[in-house]
Amino acid sequence: MLKPRAPLGQRNALLKMSHVEKTFRGDVVALKDMNLTVNEGDFISLLGPSGCGKSTALRLIAGLMKPTTGRIEWTGGQSAGDLGVVFQEPTLMPWARVQDNVWLPFRLRGKSYSEVKDDVLEALKLVGLEKFQRAFPRELSGGMKMRVSIARALVTKPRLILMDEPFAALDEITRHKLNQDLLALREAIGCTVIFVTHSVFESVFLSDRIVVMAARPGRVIRELEVDAPYPRTEEFRTSAEYAAHCRNASDALHEAMGEPA
Amino acid sequence: MTLADTAPAPHVDAEELAQARREKLMKIARWFLPSLVLVLAILAWHLYVTIGEVPHYILPGPVLIAQKMVEDWSILWPAILITGRLTILALIMAVIGGVTLAVAFTQSKWIEMSFFPYAVILQVTPVVAVAPLIKIYVDSAFMSALLCAWIVAFFPILSNTTIGLKSADHNLEDLYSIYGASRWQKLRYLYAPTALPFFLGGLKIAGGLALIGAVVAEFVIGRSGTGLGLASTLLEASYRFNFGRLFAALILISLMGVVIFAIMSTISYLALHKWHESAIKRER
Ligand SMILES: Nc1ncnc2c1ncn2[C@@H]1O[C@H](COP(=O)(O)OP(=O)(O)OP(=O)(O)O)[C@@H](O)[C@H]1O
Ligand SMILES: [Mg+2]
Repeated sequence: MLKPRAPLGQRNALLKMSHVEKTFRGDVVALKDMNLTVNEGDFISLLGPSGCGKSTALRLIAGLMKPTTGRIEWTGGQSAGDLGVVFQEPTLMPWARVQDNVWLPFRLRGKSYSEVKDDVLEALKLVGLEKFQRAFPRELSGGMKMRVSIARALVTKPRLILMDEPFAALDEITRHKLNQDLLALREAIGCTVIFVTHSVFESVFLSDRIVVMAARPGRVIRELEVDAPYPRTEEFRTSAEYAAHCRNASDALHEAMGEPA
Repeated sequence: MTLADTAPAPHVDAEELAQARREKLMKIARWFLPSLVLVLAILAWHLYVTIGEVPHYILPGPVLIAQKMVEDWSILWPAILITGRLTILALIMAVIGGVTLAVAFTQSKWIEMSFFPYAVILQVTPVVAVAPLIKIYVDSAFMSALLCAWIVAFFPILSNTTIGLKSADHNLEDLYSIYGASRWQKLRYLYAPTALPFFLGGLKIAGGLALIGAVVAEFVIGRSGTGLGLASTLLEASYRFNFGRLFAALILISLMGVVIFAIMSTISYLALHKWHESAIKRER
């Protein structure tokens, strides 16, 4: 059913950003000349200090705003349900039960709950919350809410999922668990992910491509590849390979912040 | 409801029992203490009137008022219906008008810019000052009374609902945009539920204000228009030095306010208790 993921360097382009710039209020350059090709199956982390335009890049890709100059093009065009989004906060509707929150992307396309019930339950099962479909968000822990948010993002089986520091507000234990579950989910549904993070360790553990960005003006300064095979387990976290990649990414980040490594 | 998968075995010790006893006591006290105060106050009032031999046209005793309440029930009950009808109609119209205008305000900046100042002027001008004018320009006296009550009740609903409709989580708004939601879908699935608690807060205030508006209208516009409502009954009783009936009418107006408040609070609770923080009892 799922095509196996092609190795890095042999993947088809899903989306291309060429010479994308975004300027706010005439003079704040949030993003300067960004060029990025997102390939099918990529797990890309955008890594960089605060204010370097990571969120801006995601919002541009999501179509929430237009680039000042430059183009963002989907190979073969974008259709409804191609995109899923996860924000830093769970961003659930407090008045709606878990199942209705996950139903939302379909509901807005005019699909009744009974039509898509199986998809909703499957998505909840993937994040391990099938028992809580009738709960209200306030009855869930922070980590569980984030899982619901992830289930909502992947319920339409999108080709691309955008995540803006989704686990930044969680404790370390929960974050590690969700990191692993996210990788498992990606294996299960085979989607492409762009993941914004401040954490070197998180970006190395999760992604096969790390895009390091610098601020003022926001720009890409380096791209790294993490060619360790998936599935990655907790063992990977303690390997020498992991440490070497972290070292590289950390150096690049220091460079981005204008400090000696 | 807790979602912990394993609840610890119930372990009831002396301290918990004492805690439970205290809570039970508090529950009883919440009703018992105000009732006790009421009974004592009435008793004191009764003793003051009888021992001091206060004439009934200065201060009627509770016994006299109770008597009047029963004797004049054939006058008071229709008066309750009239004032009640006026209040409820005004409240319903305030809800329709306030919500419609709030939606119009949030859908179009131009409409808001054009009309908001007038909504404020309507609110800040004391209704007692406007009522005589309304009486002159509106032919039907019932309509003018209704208009009075409506003017006072409508603003809290308008302003609360407007704030509520603007309070949606920005990320949720973005999410709706990403999924291609139409204006109508955003209004219905996002803005309306967000505004609900705000609207209900406005409704609670508007309920009390509608009653005040109805009473003012009855005072100013008089029985010709509204028929004999509780407020006009009260006014008339005061002209006739019928203080027993006056107090009876006053107590009934008060009770009506309490009932309206209770109804609005119940509606609010029923609508929100499943999800909104204001209506949730936290487990400890
Ligand atoms: N709507 C906006 N109006 C004006 N300036 C903006 C707006 N959004 C972002 N900016 C500016 O653009 C720059 C990049 O912001 P962005 O939110 O993309 O950074 P970020 O990398 O996501 O930072 P963080 O890690 O703190 O979330 C910042 O200097 C910010 O002040
Ligand atoms: Mg950001």
